[in-house]
Amino acid sequence: MKTYLVKVTIENKPSARDPEGETILKDLLIKGGYKQVKAVRTAKLLKMWVEAGNGKDAKEIVSKLCDELRIYNPVAHTCSINIEGE
Amino acid sequence: MRVAIIQFPGSNCDFDTLYVLNNVMKVKADLVWHKKDDLSDYDAVILPGGFSYGDRLRAGIIAAYSPVMKEVRMMAKDGRPILGICNGFQILVEAGLLPGALLRNSSLKFVCKWVNLSVVSNKAIFTRRLEKGHLLRMPIAHNEGRYFIEEDDLKELYKRNQIILKYVDESGKPNESSNPNGSIDGIAGICNDEGNVFGLMPHPERASEELLSPFNTNDGRIIFSSMIEYLKER
Repeated sequence: MKTYLVKVTIENKPSARDPEGETILKDLLIKGGYKQVKAVRTAKLLKMWVEAGNGKDAKEIVSKLCDELRIYNPVAHTCSINIEGE
Repeated sequence: MRVAIIQFPGSNCDFDTLYVLNNVMKVKADLVWHKKDDLSDYDAVILPGGFSYGDRLRAGIIAAYSPVMKEVRMMAKDGRPILGICNGFQILVEAGLLPGALLRNSSLKFVCKWVNLSVVSNKAIFTRRLEKGHLLRMPIAHNEGRYFIEEDDLKELYKRNQIILKYVDESGKPNESSNPNGSIDGIAGICNDEGNVFGLMPHPERASEELLSPFNTNDGRIIFSSMIEYLKER
């Protein structure tokens, strides 16, 4: 068994506004001179260290727990799961 | 008649709710710790406001898995009145007992003020005594109160009269400045399809005595008295 670092990113669906991202864009980046940046969306990142036989199994465990324990609210959020170094 | 007021770690409107039920509404109510897994002594449940589990991960999500919630789910299925106030509303949403999500206020600020609410539907047990368009004054105090649901599901809520309260201005009209948190269509409270589970962001327990209202009103009482009247009729 090996320990894998699995990263879970939770963000608002495109149809749900992200006022924090909008403020970062409007009041920090654009005012700071970075007009090249056209959009910002914030997200919550959870890092999970998971023991599993291989990376695929680690990702599956995390995917299952995200759905089962509502780590994200499917009404308002999208959730993506990535594994470090695979 | 006995009402359970559930205490989660971080609840902070539990005693206010208890006070209103016992001393203002004159019904028996108890504070019940969230680890209790038997609510058979109770006819109705209130999930009070606060910051259960410090809003960690997302307001209401961790409390939604408390042992008592299994029992709350069963009572909801049995048609018993279940009321979620503020954080209690967030818990009901996260437990899947009410549809939608409560996101961070669009102002990114904690909003604490008195608001005007319009009754959109009297489908909920808790608004059964109210006419559509009736105006209520209650305070809000939250950081995650922006009600969100996808367009198709929103249409369904309208069709089934599940939208109960909306934020409006003093004349009863919804507009951008009367919407304190950016909720879709200014929604402040919704119920399930059966009408027995009701969640709202405003605090009726802080609006049940004239002494506590800058407008000398007691509009919060009607939410509790509607429930009490329903239980008496059963």
